[in-house]
Amino acid sequence: MSEETKDDGLISIFIDDQEVRTKPGTNIIEVAKSIGVQIPHYCYHEKLSISGNCRMCLVEMGLPGRDRATGEAMLNPDGTPKIMFFPGPAIACGTNASPNMHIRTKTKMVTDAREGVTEFLLANHPLDCPICDQAGECTLQEQSAEHGKGYSRFIGEKNVKPKRTSLGPRVTLDDERCVLCSRCIRFCEEVVKDDVLGFVDRGSYSTLTCYSGKKLENNYSLNTVDLCPVGALTSTDFRFKMRVWFLKTTQGIDAETSVGCNTEVWSREGKIYRITPRQNDDVNDCWMPDSGRALYQEVEAENRLQTNFVDGKAASIDIALREASVLLAGNSVAIVGSGRSSVEEQYLLKELASAMGEVTVSLVSRIGEGDDLLISKDRNPNVRGALVTGLISELPKTELSDLAKSIDAGSVKTVLVVNEDLTEAGLTTEQLAKVKLIVLGTHQSATTDAANVVLAGMSVFEKSGTFVNQQFRLQKFEKAVPGPKTAMDDLIILASLLANLTNEKVVSTVDSIWDELSSKNALLEGLSYKSLPASGQLLDASSYEDLPFVEGETLHYKPVALAST
Amino acid sequence: MAAQENRILLKNVDQPGYTVDIDCYTKHGGYETLKKALAMKPDEIRLEVKASGLRGRGGAGFPCGVKWHDLVDRKSGNPIYLICNCDESEPGTFKDRQLVHKDPHQLIEGMIISAYANDVSLAFLYIREEMPRGAQILEEAIEEARQKGFVGNNIAGSDFSCEIVVHRGGGAYICGEETGLIESLEGKRAYPRIKPPFFPAAKGLYMCPTIVNNVETLCNVVHIIGMGSAAYSKIGRPNNTGTRIWCVSGLVQKPGYYEIESMTMKELLYDICGGPLPGRKFKAVVPGGGSMKILDVNETYKDREGKEFSFDEIMVDYDGIAAAGSMSGSSGMMVMDDSVDIPEALGNLMAFYAHESCGQCTPCREGSLWT
Repeated sequence: MSEETKDDGLISIFIDDQEVRTKPGTNIIEVAKSIGVQIPHYCYHEKLSISGNCRMCLVEMGLPGRDRATGEAMLNPDGTPKIMFFPGPAIACGTNASPNMHIRTKTKMVTDAREGVTEFLLANHPLDCPICDQAGECTLQEQSAEHGKGYSRFIGEKNVKPKRTSLGPRVTLDDERCVLCSRCIRFCEEVVKDDVLGFVDRGSYSTLTCYSGKKLENNYSLNTVDLCPVGALTSTDFRFKMRVWFLKTTQGIDAETSVGCNTEVWSREGKIYRITPRQNDDVNDCWMPDSGRALYQEVEAENRLQTNFVDGKAASIDIALREASVLLAGNSVAIVGSGRSSVEEQYLLKELASAMGEVTVSLVSRIGEGDDLLISKDRNPNVRGALVTGLISELPKTELSDLAKSIDAGSVKTVLVVNEDLTEAGLTTEQLAKVKLIVLGTHQSATTDAANVVLAGMSVFEKSGTFVNQQFRLQKFEKAVPGPKTAMDDLIILASLLANLTNEKVVSTVDSIWDELSSKNALLEGLSYKSLPASGQLLDASSYEDLPFVEGETLHYKPVALAST
Repeated sequence: MAAQENRILLKNVDQPGYTVDIDCYTKHGGYETLKKALAMKPDEIRLEVKASGLRGRGGAGFPCGVKWHDLVDRKSGNPIYLICNCDESEPGTFKDRQLVHKDPHQLIEGMIISAYANDVSLAFLYIREEMPRGAQILEEAIEEARQKGFVGNNIAGSDFSCEIVVHRGGGAYICGEETGLIESLEGKRAYPRIKPPFFPAAKGLYMCPTIVNNVETLCNVVHIIGMGSAAYSKIGRPNNTGTRIWCVSGLVQKPGYYEIESMTMKELLYDICGGPLPGRKFKAVVPGGGSMKILDVNETYKDREGKEFSFDEIMVDYDGIAAAGSMSGSSGMMVMDDSVDIPEALGNLMAFYAHESCGQCTPCREGSLWT
């Protein structure tokens, strides 16, 4: 065997007689996928343990033969190793690559097996695709079309199982559609460590359920819906709202914490219907928290700012911008930026601060409980972006007590606030009343109520940009929906304020800002928004190592202090 | 001369005056072999068992000594467990029940010797729900053996200590499959594990190396050590050494459990079991328990070399029944005569498998209920 392993540590295996070099022990489904051969499967999932129960991935397997008596390798007349194929099929998901292994995926035995398994899976399946929410993204539907017979010989009565049962607050279960692949069970057990799902009853009557007295209510429960290859587990929020083939997807980032889970935002005609995780093996694997999926509801929240205001009255964007520029041109200005703004916005805000001379810029920190998985302690998605762009040089605090003192002392007379509610950061409404207040934001709050000028901006779903997550990984998100008609992209608002202040030409698009960033900022040299890979780009974080970030361990991140031990 | 039984394991069973009492067992020479074994080195016992050619009596017929000596992972540093599989649930099989109910100390002695041979200090006896009396007998017997110093600390005055824990299953067929049994023993739903990588000999109970042996296999160990592997391997025929207890049920004159060496089907069915019921003819035989392929009495069979032989000439042992295209399984032989409607009989068996399908894999789960 040793001669098979060459210097690169790879071995040769043969899939449908095509040679593939791979690491010993690689899962056969993965090896096949790497050369474009799809082996159909239901229970196998690359991030979960092997269960081997669906039997859809049956293939023919052969290994180099060895003489039983002498133990020597058997050879063909031409000197090549003689491959002995097993008499029956083997599950590809439970098979790991070994030297000179031969896999056949297109023989009659394999197609018969796939056809048989498909027929079995459909025997007790209700075949209610027309009213099933999974239609269009159903593995059973797709693989039945590709590998099934197209008709059924089953004339018995189908099993009756519970339908429309609520497994928890966010997940609805239809047991008749379940193919018992156990992905959801393994996910809860292995990833979330909240082992609440299991099968009861035996054989064809096997039924997925929650342990009695328990609920599937952990913050990752909706991942079971993504994992479910059929329409058994559906999202209580999304079901029956929209057929998936009408939806378009855009790349997003979960903005609720510094983990920066990669997401897909599903929308149609300016309305978001759901958010699902986008696989990134360095950040969130295939998962995301339920809380992040609900964020789209803020887009159409009741307190969403629909228009701009000047002194409490609705105003056009031109008037609001003019009023804001007048206020900013005065003296004694302070700026409160946000760890929820994009890198580009933080860059323009920093340029604005520089243009005004000596201006204090503060950020509000948000700290919560981490869950060691995909919710980190730092609940701002982009504090590191503010460090990288130079908007701040120290970590933000939860309370703006310095600003409060300056206001009380009268040394600050005007405050520009971006995306923050100052009353949540420890300022009183009396203090807010003492200053001229310009607020750029998306939702009504005590701060916008007290503001002289309110500029309606865009939420993270309505603009493009980048965040730098806890690993100092630069990740981009794209505009999914247009946003309220009278609201304006934050970048254009900030660029307009900057242009009014300096009377100079100012860049205002993500791409043009990146032209400046990549030439001015050594950390971002050579990068551009367009060329940033979907999986993000790690930045050199060495100059920030000494900062006391409040972070615990998450799925693919260890705090520096922990990592070194 | 008509073929006869050769009772080794069942030597004392059913004899007048023989009880499950430990005194009765020791009076008949019980636990003497254990003392002999404790004077040997563990690997000597393993090699003896390997040399005896003992094959597993549970169903697969895997060589016991190879499992013990060559497969068990002794390098992991983890404890090694021994499990006695007494989940006798194959339709037509009732041999382990006799050994447990009528001679429990023979099994306990076999388990302790096997535990000693494999450096095991904690052995489990997994007995199925449907044998409540058997479990009670075993519990009492283990307590008796503990009192006499044959179970527990410093067995028979030696340095060796071993506990036996009786665990009652829930009565599912699948718990007889060794990895399903292990899952069940761990307190989980008895879904068999994927092999590879979860071979019990490497990653079994609590992911530690584990030896799972059938009741009859473990009882045989007593006699292998007692008489020596050389004498034992002369019993039966090569590769099918020792005696096997066959559970003959169905339409024969004398159904029952018979401990025999390799013999032909004709010898077993006519000499030992007395032939078909009056006026009837044999039609078919399920040779090794419900899940084994049924054999037609009137068919001509062909072995690998192409030699033809009739049903009557089939050798009743591992290789003989395998040559006829079936398996000796757990030696539960169900005999059907010409009054039996074979599809109906097999439909009845199928109903059992539909009811007992564990539900893990699609083909059995959906297919067995469909039929």
